[in-house]
Amino acid sequence: MHDKHLSTQFDSELHGVSSRVMELGGLVESQIRLAIHALSQFSAETANQVIETEARVNAMEIDIDRDLSSIIARRQPTARDLRLLIAISKTTANLERVGDEAEKIARMVNSIIDSGSARVLPSSDLRIAAELASGLLRKALDAFARLDTAAAVSILKEDDLIDQEFDGFVRKLITYMMEDPRTISASLDLLFVAKAIERVGDHAKNIAEFIIYIVKGADVRHAPMDQIESAVK
Amino acid sequence: MPSTITLPDNAPVLKAQSTNLDFYYGAFKALKGVTMPIYENKVTALIGPSGCGKSTYLRCFNRMHDLYPGHRYDGKIELYPDDVDILDHGVDPIEVRMRISMVFQKPNPFPKSIFENVAYGLRVRGEKSESYLEDKVEAALRAAAIWNEVKDRMTESATNLSGGQQQRLCIARSLATDPEIILFDEPTSALDPIATGSIEELIGEIKNKVTILIVTHNMQQAARVSDYVAYMYLGEMVEYGVTNDIFMKPKRQETEDYITGRFG
Repeated sequence: MHDKHLSTQFDSELHGVSSRVMELGGLVESQIRLAIHALSQFSAETANQVIETEARVNAMEIDIDRDLSSIIARRQPTARDLRLLIAISKTTANLERVGDEAEKIARMVNSIIDSGSARVLPSSDLRIAAELASGLLRKALDAFARLDTAAAVSILKEDDLIDQEFDGFVRKLITYMMEDPRTISASLDLLFVAKAIERVGDHAKNIAEFIIYIVKGADVRHAPMDQIESAVK
Repeated sequence: MPSTITLPDNAPVLKAQSTNLDFYYGAFKALKGVTMPIYENKVTALIGPSGCGKSTYLRCFNRMHDLYPGHRYDGKIELYPDDVDILDHGVDPIEVRMRISMVFQKPNPFPKSIFENVAYGLRVRGEKSESYLEDKVEAALRAAAIWNEVKDRMTESATNLSGGQQQRLCIARSLATDPEIILFDEPTSALDPIATGSIEELIGEIKNKVTILIVTHNMQQAARVSDYVAYMYLGEMVEYGVTNDIFMKPKRQETEDYITGRFG
């Protein structure tokens, strides 16, 4: 394939918007890591930092959307270029949502700290799921940068692990709440945190699906794994 | 590059088909084995870089090349439902042009009145009844969406009309003889965006009556108006398919490179 367009300006516009998505991805990934750190250390300071940075995530989403509309209006992209821009648009929305989840975790951390029952609860058990989710997001961003469909497929498979961790954690929380009803309020906060982490994994999975769409032109959302694997062949 | 075609699912009725069509300008082989279906009441667009053979291909359909010295056709273009090969020497090119008319890049009204421009083909065919002519002219002008603009100016010279109006008049002229196929050779490249929009709108309307084959340099135009697209390069048909598939996910890399502007 020819890598370059006849219009070098078009190339640089596509390149520019792609790298801004990566930049947003990097920021969001660090938001998730900070939020998880805030959770494991019960650090209100770190949690507040996450909440403050969220505004930057939102602003970047708006910038990228504006660039996308401008490229579509001016270049009328087709085929792979069009698929790339659509995928960037959806990826950006997913990344912004991950940013929201990070903020949500940070707020819950503050709420758990305020409730005073922080130390009683099994919050460290969320570490594994959190590591999985943020690792998956990083892999999705790497795969997006390299348009690596094989990596995208392995991300889709890995998301199931996070879902399993989530289910196990919910069962555990229920036993805590039954044993000591005073932990219910904080447990519910923690449940929301667990749900937020699980959602991060879902967003990483969505991004992986967009990679397959860009490269192969196949829409594999809601498709069974065997169909996805044959689309990538 | 093989000129293979994949027929789409639920393919509509065939109006014409070229099979292994070669065309020579003297020793120069301008078309190389082009096989392609043309579906009834659909718009088929031919795209490709300058010199790829798309206009040459289009012109084969009304035997326009017959005017070139040293031209030669190989292969056939069959017209359905009567299965006639329009390239056959026994077939009268005038008869072909009655059935397959053409609209050119530059509007080319005759230096006659608006009415006479549209009535011309019918008069050539021997039509004498003035009331019949009036009915046909009005119907053609209405179909070409220009009736309201010219109904009070029928005796004025057609050359007084604007470029966009002239082109719609030319479309009315080609519609008047009830052709089965209309060939458009870059019909809007000499027009401004508004006039272009009205011609594109018109193409969408008249395809209910007539089958359309259009050559365009404007890829977005092909994307907007056509049902099927053929990408041609160096006299060969590289890829043929449903317009959506060609513009979202072409099968061949050459097509992708061309439509995304990577060709060069």
